[in-house]
Amino acid sequence: MSVIYVLLAISITVAVAFFAAFVLSVKSGQYDDTYTPSVRMLFEDEVVKDKKESTLNNQKSNKNTTTNQ
Amino acid sequence: MTDTTCYHCGDACGKNGVHFDDKDFCCNGCKTVYEIFTSNGLATYYEIEAKAGTTPNEVRKKYDFLDNQEIVGQLVEFNEDGVQVVSLSIPSIHCSSCIWVLENLNKLHSAISVSQVDFPKKTIRVTYRTQDFSLKALVLLLGSIGYEPYISLEEFNKKDKKVDRSLIYKLGVAGFAFGNVMLLSFPEYFEVQEYWLDQYKVVFRWLMFAFSLPVVFYAGQDYFISAYKGLRSKLLNIDVPIALGILTLFLRSTADIIFDLGSGFFDSLTGLVFFLLLGKFFQQKTYAYLSFERDYKSYFPIAVTRLTKSGEEENVQVYHIDKGDRILIRSHEIIPVDCILIKGNAEIDYSFVTGESEAVFRESGEKLFAGGKQIGDVLEVEVLKSVSQSYLTQLWGNAVFAKDKSSHFQNITDSIGKRFTIAVLSIATLATVYWLAVDPTLALNVFTSVLIIACPCAIALAAPFTLGNMLRIFGKYKFYLKNTNVIERLAKIDTAIFDKTGTLTTNQKDTVCYEGLELTEAETALLKTTLRASNHPLSRSLYDILKSNAIMTLDEFQEHTGKGIEGKANAHTIKVGSAAYVGEEQSTSMTNTAVYVSSDENVKGKFVFKNTYREGIDDVFEALGTEYGLGILSGDNDGERNRLEELVPKTTSMLFNQKPEDKLEYIKKLQEEHKVMMVGDGLNDAGALAQSDVGLAVSENINVFSPACDGILDASNMNLLPRFLRLSKNAMQVIKMSFILSLCYNIVGLYFAVTGQLQPVIAAILMPLSSISIVVFTTIATNFLEKKLKN
Repeated sequence: MSVIYVLLAISITVAVAFFAAFVLSVKSGQYDDTYTPSVRMLFEDEVVKDKKESTLNNQKSNKNTTTNQ
Repeated sequence: MTDTTCYHCGDACGKNGVHFDDKDFCCNGCKTVYEIFTSNGLATYYEIEAKAGTTPNEVRKKYDFLDNQEIVGQLVEFNEDGVQVVSLSIPSIHCSSCIWVLENLNKLHSAISVSQVDFPKKTIRVTYRTQDFSLKALVLLLGSIGYEPYISLEEFNKKDKKVDRSLIYKLGVAGFAFGNVMLLSFPEYFEVQEYWLDQYKVVFRWLMFAFSLPVVFYAGQDYFISAYKGLRSKLLNIDVPIALGILTLFLRSTADIIFDLGSGFFDSLTGLVFFLLLGKFFQQKTYAYLSFERDYKSYFPIAVTRLTKSGEEENVQVYHIDKGDRILIRSHEIIPVDCILIKGNAEIDYSFVTGESEAVFRESGEKLFAGGKQIGDVLEVEVLKSVSQSYLTQLWGNAVFAKDKSSHFQNITDSIGKRFTIAVLSIATLATVYWLAVDPTLALNVFTSVLIIACPCAIALAAPFTLGNMLRIFGKYKFYLKNTNVIERLAKIDTAIFDKTGTLTTNQKDTVCYEGLELTEAETALLKTTLRASNHPLSRSLYDILKSNAIMTLDEFQEHTGKGIEGKANAHTIKVGSAAYVGEEQSTSMTNTAVYVSSDENVKGKFVFKNTYREGIDDVFEALGTEYGLGILSGDNDGERNRLEELVPKTTSMLFNQKPEDKLEYIKKLQEEHKVMMVGDGLNDAGALAQSDVGLAVSENINVFSPACDGILDASNMNLLPRFLRLSKNAMQVIKMSFILSLCYNIVGLYFAVTGQLQPVIAAILMPLSSISIVVFTTIATNFLEKKLKN
């Protein structure tokens, strides 16, 4: 039954590793702002999309400024 | 055209709307922002949230002080190798579009590498290369897209404050240990007589001991420190029995495993500390983007433009201005010192000081007070007093501002802590004495058991959870309190004192009344036609009010900036403007704005712009009148006394012409017999707000302005004030009921402890059970109370 020592050692190592990860994440400031990341992660797609759109918009707005003048 | 709204900011376009790119804009500013966004590939801004923009203000010259490297050095967080990092507060951040566009700043300028928004705090952290960019350029860029940052003296002076994350660490440690200890002590709960379990239980026990060490000596250290401090100042606060409980739990458990008497109470010990910290964490919730500590420094500029003897302009820090200096005050700058106007037409908005938003006009040679904001053109002024000695800023020299209100207040939990500790200690002693006589071997066991089971975990949790929840509910109704302590103080209030201007009255709407000789129909028509040609805000609002449909053609029209306007038609002249302009003596009142009218050089009378009282103010006073002593403290003259008397109950005391210090002294005097709540809004109330037991600031826009206070109430919910007060009292009743509930658990636990049959498993069940039922009870009760706020 001395395998229990091995099991205990493993389980505690895993637990301590996760605990260390928690401490590190707090230290790096991940818990300072818990709201903005929830919004930010939804933006990814739009940045890609607007690259195509921006050229379109550019042309469109340029055309309009000229007609306005 | 009039019913369209701006594509950028959502305001009504009105007659000055701009049509561009098939979209309508309310002004050129909004159109420009749209152009900037679309031409830089940021058009998605309008897709994330429609009409999310903010109209940009004119900012150009205002930030010239950022050319001064010394000032920049103070503001930036990091400055090395051509890279600077700066955190700026931007009050206009309000939606996901804002986050998106501000985090894509690098598309607007290639020198910006990273920008990160902290939405709850409304700040942005920008990293940029200084090679072809600067802090000033960044600020101007932000200003040009409607996100003008807020840079104030306060920011400038603040020391590098470290973010305190210790509570999260402690919570993490306690939670980690709690989980592991629970797992390790599980086999012993069932007392199964298995061979290998008996074999290894020593290892298990010492592991639990190891896990509990950081909990006792790190996570729980605050309780020992607080208890020690309490004892030293001869106060039995609630932390005394808690610290006693933790200590007893630890020592008894350690003794148990050393002498192989049992498995110890490590599970209860770690659970106790974990739950207690959880309560602390819950109570800690604050409104990060609101500042409750503001003083004049938050509003004053960091630097001003000084004119040197040779007539050159230079940027100097506000603190370096001395008496006799000549400084320039630009449009929309705040006057930092008391001074005399030398050149220019002053149109000063004193709303920071008095709460009155209507601007007052001053001419050269007249005195200007610190705190006013110039609306018109550039002014040249001579300094009379340095910053800290000016009329307004002197107030902060008062000792009240250094006092911390909550430290002088014994909260409800601590107030029962004393009785509780005495009761627990006497029960423990009695039980021990009894067992010493009956069975001395059990005496020590009983003594420690009583201390363990009576550890007031649930009592300590009742207030944090109830008040924390109330804080959240109040916040939902736009009543933002500094901390939970304020609710307890609110419940004890018996007198409510109100400021008048800006608190009882609103800045948004004006009532205009005419005083003087009646105008003939022809005169009214001419007046209206003349006003039509002027763009001045006062002319506009007057134009909207005058009832006349006759529109004439003017033969002549002249606008004298800062003075008034003149119109001529059919050989009649009409003049509208300041008193001096039409030839009338200036009235001395600083607050009521008046526009004078003269026809053919004869002064006819004046239009007085008066503030309107907020809707439902009379109901608020009526509701409060039955339970609270009421009073009104106003900095104005008593011209409004009659109108006020109609609105408020007869018992309300009214004092007028009160200077900021007078207000403070009045509150101080009242406090000899009463618990006083002060409701105010301007910096002139700051002293009274700080002195009062609870100081509430009423604000039309919570992000923009409020003096140092205990709570900020959004003006639109002013009519809920009586209910907020009622609810604070109800919250205290909830806490008292929770105390009774947790005492019931204690009595059950004490039965086991006193009779000497307290098993670790019973403690391990009772402790979390009582804590959880308190949390559930308070949550349900406060949510039930919330219903009272709904109409």
